[in-house]
Amino acid sequence: MNKKIRVLIAKPGLDGHDKGAKVIARALRDAGMEVIYTGIRRSPEEIVEAAIQEDVDLIGVSILSGAHKKLCKKILTLLKEKEVDIPVILGGIIPDDDISELKDMGIIEVFTPGTSLDEIIEKVKDIALARKV
Amino acid sequence: MFEKDFLSEVEKKEKEWEETTVKKAIEKFPERKTEFLTTYGEEIKRLYSPLDISDINYIEDVGFPGDYPYTRGVQPTMYRGRLWTMRQYAGFGTAEDSNQRYKYLLEQGQTGLSIAFDLPTQIGYDSDDPMAEGEVGKVGVAIDSLKDMEILFDGIPLDKVSVSMTINSTSIILLAMLIVMAKRQGVPLKNLRGTIQNDILKEYMARGTYIFPPKESMKIIVDIFDYGSKNLPKFNLISISGYHIREAGANSVQEIAFTLADGIAYVEAAMKAGLDPNEFGRNLSFFFNAHNNFLEEIAKFRAARKLWAKIMKERFGVTNEEAMKLKFHTQTAGSTLTAQQPLNNIVRVTIQALAAVLGGTQSLHTNSYDEALGLPTEQAVTIALRTQQIIAHETGVADTVDPLAGSYLIEKMTSEIEKKVEEYIKKIDEFGGMVNAIINGFPQKEILNTAYNTQKKIENKEEIIVGVNDFKTNIEEKIEILKVDETIEEKQIEKLKELKKHRNIEKVNISLNVLEEAVKKGENLFPYVIECVEAYATIGEITKVLKKVFGEYRENLIL
Repeated sequence: MNKKIRVLIAKPGLDGHDKGAKVIARALRDAGMEVIYTGIRRSPEEIVEAAIQEDVDLIGVSILSGAHKKLCKKILTLLKEKEVDIPVILGGIIPDDDISELKDMGIIEVFTPGTSLDEIIEKVKDIALARKV
Repeated sequence: MFEKDFLSEVEKKEKEWEETTVKKAIEKFPERKTEFLTTYGEEIKRLYSPLDISDINYIEDVGFPGDYPYTRGVQPTMYRGRLWTMRQYAGFGTAEDSNQRYKYLLEQGQTGLSIAFDLPTQIGYDSDDPMAEGEVGKVGVAIDSLKDMEILFDGIPLDKVSVSMTINSTSIILLAMLIVMAKRQGVPLKNLRGTIQNDILKEYMARGTYIFPPKESMKIIVDIFDYGSKNLPKFNLISISGYHIREAGANSVQEIAFTLADGIAYVEAAMKAGLDPNEFGRNLSFFFNAHNNFLEEIAKFRAARKLWAKIMKERFGVTNEEAMKLKFHTQTAGSTLTAQQPLNNIVRVTIQALAAVLGGTQSLHTNSYDEALGLPTEQAVTIALRTQQIIAHETGVADTVDPLAGSYLIEKMTSEIEKKVEEYIKKIDEFGGMVNAIINGFPQKEILNTAYNTQKKIENKEEIIVGVNDFKTNIEEKIEILKVDETIEEKQIEKLKELKKHRNIEKVNISLNVLEEAVKKGENLFPYVIECVEAYATIGEITKVLKKVFGEYRENLIL
């Protein structure tokens, strides 16, 4: 376990509100991880491409616009097509009713507003390390 | 303001009070925190007294409402004459859905419309563009062409209702559509009232719906100023917005500093194009956030007014008083609303709205309590509007002008914020203005630092968010959530197909070609965009032409 955890923080879709994404990116970095941020308005294709190229242990997707179901599905499908196994977590304004659907789809964890940074850092570590074992 | 002898007497007494009365009290009951801070990091004193405002000159610094420097308000009688405009931001789904919601709000006593567009409309994509997938009609109404605007304004008289549109990078297209609608309704353009947000600089800093590079975007804005100041005298041609800067994590000083610096950039660009700030200055308006810290917020609004008047007069030599007045719309802080215990949000919104009113806003949007969970339901938006009506009609705060003036704290904080904003503006000047500061990532970095520190304070419980990091409960409050119908996207795409089948394609192509030539030649684009709109060219088609010449912007990543 001498390699640092590498995380891609991504903002798919058209929404530009990226305070959450940036604050979490910085918190993960402060927690000792290597963090790559895609910037806003990236297509699912660009995100999956970046995740593969950067060889990340986890993709953290941030969506506030309500387009989470379509965008997550696209990202997961593309990962499957490319036969890469990178866990995906989601954060944003996600209605309770959608969470189980997203998890069934393959999203490992969904964080909604009010979740503490510590909680997110711990989960990210758990997920990334479980994958490395 | 005070006699010297009086001040030294106060100073002596205050010291005595600190050393005896306060000391004893603290020994018995220590204070809750070792230090109390404003959002901009200055100490909040235990007590404010005449000593704190001894350097403030009432006549010069505070003055009278309606008179320079307008610290107490831009109108002499403020809400005694006319209440602020109650303007709820709304729009979702298709033009048909939104038209119904607008009619409902107008029936409930709302006095102006504020239109929320979906993200594809804001970024210049048609609903059938692959980039628009999943986003159509989600955070606002989907508009592809004039056809949708015809439906949106069906039965809404544009000579009676003022229309505010939250649109930035595609503002020239949407304003052109509104103008065509006004013409069709027989409303003379000189009577058209409303506001177009049209503030691109904050998009690069905080909100992200830019398309073109900053300099090209500025050219479009100047074109709008030029056309608008000649043809739309009652229309605010820009709403320079601190709201989103604050939502992105800025503190109150940064909100005002970056907004006014954006304002300076717009005035400079317009003057460079030969426009007279005495003229277009009247058509500038501002948009601020009303956040949680009640007293600081009130001081912030007062400081902003005073600063802008000084900037227009001293920096730009404006002599027309109307062009010095900072008129502003306020929205309560969406990001302070919690998904946990959502009904508490009604209380948050009430306090924030009250700060906006005591700060002298011209127009107000109150958020709905369910906005941390989804788009507002009809019940939630009605309560939000009623909150404004209760403040206006039941509390008495609108019966006198600037009632908190003269409070030692309010005056002290007003001048403290003023000084801190001036320091920031100086820094931005050193970058060579806001466009360069943004290209260098300066405001973005400042905002992110504040956002991160605030989040850490919440984690450490230095800041308490009721129901989130304290006073939590296991009881789940189930509230109704508005779901946007997922079939809207298909319906909208179907409508677009129909439009494309029935419009005169030759006319469309000619208008787009003429526009392209005009862009290349650097002409004012407004009349050409109006031609395209009238020919039923779509937002996506018009934007594509502009992109071809102007290029697209990719952000400078700041972490």
